[in-house]
Amino acid sequence: MSTTNTTVNTALPTYTKKDFESGVDPRWCPGCGDYSIINQVQRALPAVGVKRENIVFISGIGCSSRFPYYMNNYGMHTLHGRAPSFASGLKVSRPELQVWIVTGDGDALAIGGNHFIHAMRRNLDLKMLLFNNRIYGLTKGQVSPTSELGKKTKTTPHGSPDYPFNPPALALGSGATFVARTVDVEGAHMGAVIKAAAEHKGSTLVEIFQNCPVFNDGAYDFLTDKAVKADALLRMEQGKPLLFGKDSKKGIRFNPQSAELEVVTLGEDGVTEKDILVHDAKREDPTIAFMLANLSTRPGFPTPIGVFRDVSLPTCEELTWKLIDGAKAKKPDASLEKLLDGGDTWTIG
Amino acid sequence: MSTQVSVAKHKVEQVETVTIRFVGDSGDGMQLTGTEFTRASALAGNDLATFPDYPAEIRAPAGSLAGVSGYQVNFGSREIHTPGDAPDVLVAMNPAALKTNLADLKPGGMLLVNVGAFTPGNLEKAGYKTNPLEDAALKQSYKIFPVDMNKLTEMALAGSGLSSKEVARCKNYFALGLMYWLYSRPIEAQLESIQRKFAKKPEFAAANAAVFKAGHAYGETSEVFFQRYEVPKSKLAPGTYRSVTGNFATALGFATVARLTGRQVFLGSYPITPATEILQEMSYFKEHGVVTYQAEDEIAGIGSAIGAAFGGALACTTTSGPGLALKTEMMGLAVITELPLVVVNVQRGGPSTGMPTKTEQADLLMALFGRHGEAPMPVIAAQSPADCFWAAIEAMKIATKWMTPVLLLTDGYLGNGSEPFKIPSLDELPKLKVSYQTSPNYADGTQYMPYLRDDKLVRPWAIPGTPGLEHRVGGLEKDSLSGMVSYDGMNHERMVKTRAQKIRNVVEDVPDVETFGAASGDLLLVSWGGTFGAVRGAAEELQARGKAVGHVHLRWLNPLPKNLGEVLKGFKKVFVPEVNDGQLAFYLRGKFPGVDPLQFNRINGKPIKISELVGKVLEVL
Repeated sequence: MSTTNTTVNTALPTYTKKDFESGVDPRWCPGCGDYSIINQVQRALPAVGVKRENIVFISGIGCSSRFPYYMNNYGMHTLHGRAPSFASGLKVSRPELQVWIVTGDGDALAIGGNHFIHAMRRNLDLKMLLFNNRIYGLTKGQVSPTSELGKKTKTTPHGSPDYPFNPPALALGSGATFVARTVDVEGAHMGAVIKAAAEHKGSTLVEIFQNCPVFNDGAYDFLTDKAVKADALLRMEQGKPLLFGKDSKKGIRFNPQSAELEVVTLGEDGVTEKDILVHDAKREDPTIAFMLANLSTRPGFPTPIGVFRDVSLPTCEELTWKLIDGAKAKKPDASLEKLLDGGDTWTIG
Repeated sequence: MSTQVSVAKHKVEQVETVTIRFVGDSGDGMQLTGTEFTRASALAGNDLATFPDYPAEIRAPAGSLAGVSGYQVNFGSREIHTPGDAPDVLVAMNPAALKTNLADLKPGGMLLVNVGAFTPGNLEKAGYKTNPLEDAALKQSYKIFPVDMNKLTEMALAGSGLSSKEVARCKNYFALGLMYWLYSRPIEAQLESIQRKFAKKPEFAAANAAVFKAGHAYGETSEVFFQRYEVPKSKLAPGTYRSVTGNFATALGFATVARLTGRQVFLGSYPITPATEILQEMSYFKEHGVVTYQAEDEIAGIGSAIGAAFGGALACTTTSGPGLALKTEMMGLAVITELPLVVVNVQRGGPSTGMPTKTEQADLLMALFGRHGEAPMPVIAAQSPADCFWAAIEAMKIATKWMTPVLLLTDGYLGNGSEPFKIPSLDELPKLKVSYQTSPNYADGTQYMPYLRDDKLVRPWAIPGTPGLEHRVGGLEKDSLSGMVSYDGMNHERMVKTRAQKIRNVVEDVPDVETFGAASGDLLLVSWGGTFGAVRGAAEELQARGKAVGHVHLRWLNPLPKNLGEVLKGFKKVFVPEVNDGQLAFYLRGKFPGVDPLQFNRINGKPIKISELVGKVLEVL
């Protein structure tokens, strides 16, 4: 019994970026990283091979969550932190739809923390774009769950005493099958990550470092400034050694004695390219991915961007419908009469 | 045991109705015993109603007062409205059960006691200084039948190879067998049921069957009982029946909606007492088009349902009081996005965790008003366990027809209680039609306007997957046509008023109330929800005594039936009994200035008794 038969199987139209623009002018602050993100999403979608009417964007509350209004798809702008719950119900009910979640660090990880971990662990095919500006923008500048320790904001005038979440590590710990990170100013990188996310089938987190020019300007300058970028950013590429730094002389090595990742330099202490960890996001065991996700929290280590994990497991909606189809196959003669007549009955008159 | 078997011919007395209460430790299997005896009464063609009453603790310490679990069944040859005011028979499996339930037993009633459990330790745990069974006053007040069920069960299972603990767990079947004998029930169906229930553990099937037969034989041979009873078949309307609890009937109603419409029914829910069974039962209805999703919390339960509704499913969520509180923000979103959704609230004792296994009707005002902003929703209440089936179908019909969330109120008393359900023929079921918008609806022939309404103010339902109708909905105020975000004050006022008018328009689907009894008189009883049976029973009794008393039962709480104001005016006094502190009375005072109902309120975790209500009405007449 399907919900709808309105989906007609015809060839995919040739889309351009414009087909995904709703015509509503975005109301984000000038210079907001959100403009770059929506631009990359609208550029990526024509290439993902899904009809516009089968794509749904669901958001919570926050600056990022105005996103669906600016897209020319089906969309829901829902409640603070709860977007994953709507998306989960929609995806279980209508597995043929491509469902995206647009959220921010406060939305996804504070009020929505519970829904976030459950969306990730269930492996529903939901594609979450988490805009992380490390601040509450829409409420004008309070500390967020990703704000750094000691951060001074309107609610933490003496510095925040809270340790931050690391979203990719949290997603990996919750069982997400696709986890990636990108930066708003790295357009081409972001476009490629979004396309990979669109193609993945399963719970998907894309963390996007995003600048808030009004309340947290320069939050990512330590990564994105031309002067420091080479040493601060580690670009993970599938099948390639994890090299970074000027001339790609620095690398990440797994030290079996300490069971830790360490930074080494090619040519020093006999280190050659063979010692460098080769990136493999397809490892089913998330341990190395988790170590990489945590690199950025350690002093002296670069911040990885790219795909941490990309593994294929049966999705929750596939398993759900397998059970439903199994129940139907077992009882092919199920009917309304049988439904009502079940159990012990007795007749009067 | 003597070889000489007495073949005493017992006198058989016919009785019209009987109320039996089984009470014991929460591990004694009292719920099972009660359910099985209920089934036997149903199969014998009696009308019936039941009331399970159990503690919130899964296993309170054995023998303690807190651990007593009970199951009351009222069955009869005439129409049964309630599980009965006071038991005619109390089956007490230990001293704690006796202590907590004796006061309810009818004077002169039959007290069947498992004396094997009346050990010094158990007496002490129940707070008895001496054995109450030796109390002369007790012996005078009741017909006491002391039976050592522990010992008789052990004897029946001598050589069975079961451990003493396993043997002890069979004693509820002894009590059941004895009651089968006492009420002249054929035992074959019960023996079959035991075989089915323990199909995977044949040694337990054999043991329970042996103990059940021993209990039955004990009645016949022990010469303790001088007579047996028979309750003739009731005069229920001709048809095929099954016994349902309210929660099962709710689940069955939703599954029926899936069959009637050929559409997916989606339940997003989170377990909470006493609503959990609806989620459990619906999980078994996959082959009928039901999809269940056990969410991580109450908020996600309703969120998933609204997401599914956006996708075109016939969505519902189930909960009880505290869960409804968590769902309120989401209900507001369903109101402003105008998506169909049924929210079932199986009410329980509050506030907060309150008394989770005890019944209450105290969420009425929350159901009517418990949302931020102006967010009216239709509210329907089921009136009996079997009626939950019809109420679930009606709620879904209203939700989809009017594009609105609907609140369906039941309660713990209805959800757990059971009664015969007359299985409807297919043409007795309502016609349900669900359709989606598939083409542009605006005058220009190309655009889709999600908030362009029909003459009843209902907006269209276009769902993802439909080309050309892409649109966005959400919690921000909508432009009255395009549905885009609008901060225009006049638009907001127009939208608030339009949404309210739409819900008022639902009154066209609300039948007028009918007064039970004359259309005017001295006093009108007004009830809603699960008190239907008790209030109708009281009205019958008062009318039989020649009193000019009418009864109106409200299935619809919002909108209220069109003729209610007129009906209220027809009586000198209006009297509202409720299992809360007066919520419907408060609501009626606001809705009908000049009407000031008298109240009768019970908030002790137990349903209202017919006799106490009759007494209260007689006081004020």
